[in-house]
Amino acid sequence: MSSSDYALRPVPQVISHEVVKPRQTKRWVDWVLTTDHKKIGIMYMVTTFVFFILGGVEALLMRVQLGVPNNTLITSEHYNELLTLHGTTMIFLFVVPVMAGFGNYFVPLMIGARDMAFPRLNAMSFWLLLLGGVVFYITLFYHPPESGWWSYPPLSSKLYSPSGGQDAWIFLIHITGVSSLLGAINFYATIVNMRAPGMSWGRLPLFIWAILVYAILLIIALPVVAAAVTMLLTDRHFGTHFFDPTAHGSPVLWQHLFWFFGHPEVYIMILPGFGIISEVIPVFSRKPIFGYKAIAASTAVIAFLATLVWAHHMFASPVPVVVLGFFMLSSFLIGVPTGVKIFNWIATLWRGSIVTTTALYFAVGFIAVFVLGGITGIFLAVFPVDWQLNNTYFVVAHFHYVLMGGAVFSIFAGIYYWFPKMTGRLLNETLGKLSFWLMFIGFNATFFVQHALGLSGMPRRVYTYPPGVGWSTYNLISTIGSFILGAGILVTIANVARNYRHGKVAGPDPWKGNTLEWFTTSPPPVNNFDSIPRVRSVEPMRDIRRQVERQTGVTQKTGGSERFARV
Amino acid sequence: MGLFLALALGCLLILAPDALANFLTPKSGGSPNANQIDSLYKIVLYIAAVVFVGVEGALLYSVLKFRAKRGAVAAQIHGNTRLEIGWTVAAGLILVVLTVVTFVKLPSIIDPPNSGSSGLVLSASLTEPTPPNGHRLTVCVQGRQFIWRYTYGSGCLNNAFAGKLPYSYQQMVVPADTTIVLDIQASDVIHSWWVPSLGGKVDAVPGYTTYTWFKAPHPGALYHGQCAQLCGRNHAAMTALVKVVSPADFTAWLNQQQQAIQAANSQVYQLRQILTAENQL
Repeated sequence: MSSSDYALRPVPQVISHEVVKPRQTKRWVDWVLTTDHKKIGIMYMVTTFVFFILGGVEALLMRVQLGVPNNTLITSEHYNELLTLHGTTMIFLFVVPVMAGFGNYFVPLMIGARDMAFPRLNAMSFWLLLLGGVVFYITLFYHPPESGWWSYPPLSSKLYSPSGGQDAWIFLIHITGVSSLLGAINFYATIVNMRAPGMSWGRLPLFIWAILVYAILLIIALPVVAAAVTMLLTDRHFGTHFFDPTAHGSPVLWQHLFWFFGHPEVYIMILPGFGIISEVIPVFSRKPIFGYKAIAASTAVIAFLATLVWAHHMFASPVPVVVLGFFMLSSFLIGVPTGVKIFNWIATLWRGSIVTTTALYFAVGFIAVFVLGGITGIFLAVFPVDWQLNNTYFVVAHFHYVLMGGAVFSIFAGIYYWFPKMTGRLLNETLGKLSFWLMFIGFNATFFVQHALGLSGMPRRVYTYPPGVGWSTYNLISTIGSFILGAGILVTIANVARNYRHGKVAGPDPWKGNTLEWFTTSPPPVNNFDSIPRVRSVEPMRDIRRQVERQTGVTQKTGGSERFARV
Repeated sequence: MGLFLALALGCLLILAPDALANFLTPKSGGSPNANQIDSLYKIVLYIAAVVFVGVEGALLYSVLKFRAKRGAVAAQIHGNTRLEIGWTVAAGLILVVLTVVTFVKLPSIIDPPNSGSSGLVLSASLTEPTPPNGHRLTVCVQGRQFIWRYTYGSGCLNNAFAGKLPYSYQQMVVPADTTIVLDIQASDVIHSWWVPSLGGKVDAVPGYTTYTWFKAPHPGALYHGQCAQLCGRNHAAMTALVKVVSPADFTAWLNQQQQAIQAANSQVYQLRQILTAENQL
């Protein structure tokens, strides 16, 4: 047996077979009609990445406009449309559903199930997501909404936003909301009912914990925003006055309803990212996760507190001081479980034997930037300080540190980690690391100076600014950084585009993974597993590998990751 | 991480010193509440800087020190209850400190002080919020697409358009060393009043009245601000200026503004009469 054969030998010998049946239909018909969670997962990821690119182009357009003072490239009208499209796209059409994409693909595989609990409902979730995106983006051909992703009334009312773009925004929330709710119910049912024998709650992979809590939070938060946008819709067209101050309605009511959804939404976006990081770091540290129970518990605590912090978005709104105090304290509290996670990840790296793959780079990069996002969150929770920082570029910097630096870096870690499983091919590591460094440098250049912009008094959502107020240099640095960041993302897209057919063959377990998805071929067959092993710990694959070693007396190598580490 | 710090440092070096004034701290200097927010911010900043350096340092050290080497074996540690409880409590304690500091600082941020001895002489009023001796100048701030309107004098809330009280647009003129209380409203969509050097922002929400205050010590100072809540297409143009003058100059300005408004009103009145007479209205 030659050495390359040895490296590529599927280890441990996996028993699972694709059932080969002659193709009856065309390939695209297969995709449209599929109820296979893996195909749906891939469709989720491809679709959401298209929206990610659209949102990214919108962001770059805004950065170009702000690159120099008094720029007239983009009109204020189009700028307002761009900021609304960008925010809405990134939140509702990228980060939330891409996590559902990862969940779709990997929840059944990681818990040893053959599909989701409700495969057809799963397909419906995806098609509704696509429909929501289309309904929203079709406004590009008439009149996109322009009142921001919060759509605060009265600005979003019929009087001040007469165009149908605002209605399209409402329908986007409705349709993607139903999509996410169906998906959340499906995840919940799958995780609760379909775990492999022996996989008790204490042996659930941390990514699955994160998806479970993500699902619960979606079920809690989405009905509230669905009700709120329905009220906005009836305000706009059917003469109700829920948010109309001229008829005893209250714009502040909208803020409470919207943020009651909006803040859990933030954790909906980041918790699955935390889950990905909790999978990637132990695998590449060659160590068990440090404090499994603490990480799982902190996920649940974050979710609970996430429903109690909404009004910290409203510190400058007409709310009593007692409300300010309460929401400051609850926002502080949520920093504790988040900090616990970060400490546990660093402790997992500590005394490990760290294999520096691209996935690990992104995971470590995630921690590095997320720490700063978390710390600036504490600044914003101190409500008197927030009176200065609220609605400025400081806030823009803060939430891009947690959502771009946080969620997106974790998504990229997930892509580099799981791509071999999804396609059977490895991504190019050199390109991966190039992509990481471009993204890391570009990201910090773009957003770090935005803290300073906010502190020097630049409000967010202004389409231009005068020269000579000390904002020009920061803005120029930010714009240059955004293009470096964009280039980094393009490198990964090129990497994926090239290697999903031409990459090196990965084998079933290229990384020496801990969880069950590595116990099947890459990509897995339709039925996932021929036989589902009994789970005896939180790291079933490690147990299996050890058992094979005991029985054969041969040290198990992996299908490829030796190539990236100096071991 | 090193790169990240180098980048931050690089930014610091590139920028001209005057542009650096607000690299790490918010604007202040125009009013006691802005100064208090600034000092509260700095306390948070110092604590945050220690946490930031500690956590990033530990991360960087772990990643560099524990890279896979030939023969190295990862320690199979599953956790350490004491350590985990320790850092949870430590994180909690930091937040307790921040909470205490915030509530200690809070009164100096939300309660207006008395006007200084060199300030405008005012009589007491019953409208909230008030400095201890009750003497303050009330200015009603009304946000509308896309300009700020200021009405001067107590009672402005009830009759902002009654014509009796002097008013101005975009530029507010105020006496130095005098406690100014702002009653903030909006007539169309939500706006947000914000002049960074004079304190934090307060949303102007239609249907609500919100309040803030400032006390600017230096006559001759001019403070810039702008609407901080997306309010429509001309949001970026909705700027505010606060011009601080001596109390005597303020009184003179107020009279002059009053006369100018009356003159303009009577001109409009005459024009209206002429047009009505000519059946053009």
